Amino acid sequence: MNIPYTVEERPDSGLANGKLGIWLFLASEVMLFGALFSTYIILPLGALNTVLLISSSVTMVMAWAMLKLHNWGRHRLYLLATFALAGIFLVNKYFEYSDHLARGEGPSHSTFLAIYFTLTGLHGLHIVGGMVVMAYLLGPGAKLWKQNPDQFTNRIEYTGLYWHFVDLVWIFLFPVLYLL
Amino acid sequence: MHSDPAGVRASLRKYVMIGAALLVFTVITVAANRLHLAVPFAITVALIIAVTKGSMVAAVFMHLSNEKKWIYGALLLTAIFFAVLMSVPFFTIMDSIGTPQPAIGVGEHPAGH
Repeated sequence: MNIPYTVEERPDSGLANGKLGIWLFLASEVMLFGALFSTYIILPLGALNTVLLISSSVTMVMAWAMLKLHNWGRHRLYLLATFALAGIFLVNKYFEYSDHLARGEGPSHSTFLAIYFTLTGLHGLHIVGGMVVMAYLLGPGAKLWKQNPDQFTNRIEYTGLYWHFVDLVWIFLFPVLYLL
Repeated sequence: MHSDPAGVRASLRKYVMIGAALLVFTVITVAANRLHLAVPFAITVALIIAVTKGSMVAAVFMHLSNEKKWIYGALLLTAIFFAVLMSVPFFTIMDSIGTPQPAIGVGEHPAGH
């Protein structure tokens, strides 16, 4: 059975089904992260990772743009760069967590650290999720480009929307958890 | 969102410029933190910069500056529910049900007379 409106736009919404679907998913993500952010409100209240994620957002949108320009080689390069930047982000996160735990600053140490580990851990899982999708699109999923280039371009666009959202969440996590 | 190759080609420079601007704002955030401002002011400055950066990501990278009304509708609903969600902790602060009342001494009138 073919899934309708994967490439062409629905007449009622003017959108492909996947586009509306990914935005509704991101809306649910806002509520998920929002619920955890809201726990921080009642408390008295790694720049490098910010640079990595912002750079990965640029490479991600360039990966999509290169498909629109039918430049397959550049697309692969930018998508691979995004994947690599995400990997370096996780390596940094590993060192950061190790340092905290070595000093006995686990999640049970304080309310701040409990929120810190929950929020950054959940964000880290989203990074891993994005990397899994990117690995698929770099690997077996890339075959779709030859069969249906428009559908493949849409998949890259939806992956990009997810990835920019993960970057956007970090933009708020960074000052709240690392600077204030 | 530009779907035609000419529009996409014209956007390439914009993507790089926005990426550079985001990095500059990150440097400003870290620099502002070094000033050791009072906490309420520091939170305000940090959130203003974060909202500016977030808006740039959403408008340009996520192409929200030029989207269909269904996307805007879904985001409007999200914003409303998000505002309600963020206000929930304040209700718990204002809620006094079950909070122990201060002990009143022997022979002391509750009104203090």
